Amino acid sequence: MSDPTHAPALRATRLGRLYAGRPALHACDAELPAGHITALVGPNGAGKSTLLQLGAGLLRPSSGEIRVFGHAPGTAEARRRTAFLAQEKPLHARFTVADTLRMGRMLNPGHWDQAAAERLVRAGDIPLAARVGALSGGSRTRVALALVLGKRADLLLLDEPLADLDPLARHEVMSLLMAEAAEHGTTIVMSSHVLAELDEVCDRVLLLAGGVPRLAGDIQELCDGHIWLTGRADPMEEDGLPRAFDRGAVVHCAVSGRQVTALVRTAPGAPLPAGTDERWIAETPSLETLLLAHLRGAATPATAPTTAPTTEEAAA
Amino acid sequence: MEFRVDRRSGVATYLQLVTQVKQALRLGVLEPGDRLPTAREVVAATAINPNTVLKAYRELEREGLVEPRPGAGTFVRRSLSRPEAAADSPLRTDLAAWMARAREAGLDREDITALITAAVEDSFNNSGPLPGPSREDTA
Repeated sequence: MSDPTHAPALRATRLGRLYAGRPALHACDAELPAGHITALVGPNGAGKSTLLQLGAGLLRPSSGEIRVFGHAPGTAEARRRTAFLAQEKPLHARFTVADTLRMGRMLNPGHWDQAAAERLVRAGDIPLAARVGALSGGSRTRVALALVLGKRADLLLLDEPLADLDPLARHEVMSLLMAEAAEHGTTIVMSSHVLAELDEVCDRVLLLAGGVPRLAGDIQELCDGHIWLTGRADPMEEDGLPRAFDRGAVVHCAVSGRQVTALVRTAPGAPLPAGTDERWIAETPSLETLLLAHLRGAATPATAPTTAPTTEEAAA
Repeated sequence: MEFRVDRRSGVATYLQLVTQVKQALRLGVLEPGDRLPTAREVVAATAINPNTVLKAYRELEREGLVEPRPGAGTFVRRSLSRPEAAADSPLRTDLAAWMARAREAGLDREDITALITAAVEDSFNNSGPLPGPSREDTA
């Protein structure tokens, strides 16, 4: 990380951006290493689209700084290496599909992969002569993704890329994106509301809530660094957890009847937390469980943001 | 070989890949010298993260089952197939006969699976490692 030639794909330092007078992002520190596929998640208004647009150079920071591969977004070097898919997939409605791909070629002289772009369009049975305005939402998404893939960028910033696609098309588009990443070491950042569809695809996560990162890091390490506990609630305690329990490690806990469930920070292989015994069920949380607990925990100000241990595996 | 990923199994995806390669080695579907599918081939079929495939292959390499050859791919180093476990082996024939008796006695699939699991647990937990060649696939 100290090696300047291996700048992270995206780095935000105290990054802030005002939107309609309110902070959409606030003093955001984040680092997305190159060669990884990061899930950008969070509730509506968390700042996901703002972060992606700042990375693409479509917005300027109100404060702080953002860099892609060490360069300011909007500079020639950063623009050449970055491709952005906006949530609303803006395309010229009156262009044909062929026109749209030709536009991609003209706008990206010297590094346009017509074959990759056409492959995506053809796999969707979209006629090249069709007008973009006459296409279904799913087909338009495909054409927009074709522009992104044709550009051969090193960093793909995708805002809700799968929202309009049916399950079969999702699988197919994801397969194409993953193959692209496998072949070229492409870094991908994609936002989504549907947590489950990111689980196998992404190896890192950045959870935003209220314009601030709440959780960031390698998904497996984050899951292993938490424990999901289910047990009988202690009726003498307000939160249902045993008296001896370390409240500082609790991300979120909920009582339902006599049962209490809690997501707790732990170290891999650590013994059960104080106060629990073999009658408690302890599981490694799924990504979805982990994110939901952190989102619910974020609503209660007592919880401090968590950052994953920065053990970057040596890239193979 | 072709990988299947069960997203609901709760088993880490890279471990699913490791298990499937080992199974293919046991069944003789993969033999020494065979090339494993490239990360690109696997992710194009399964839509999983390429780093997951690389992690599975590193684990198989660590266990000495496969080796990467730069620029060529990842190749099987040794087999896990046992002639003793082949379809026409005496051990398998004995088990088939036992299975027939269990079903005649009225046990259903879950009863039989539970019984076999319990017997495997007893054998490996209580009597320690058996004499003879060491097991090849301890994790």
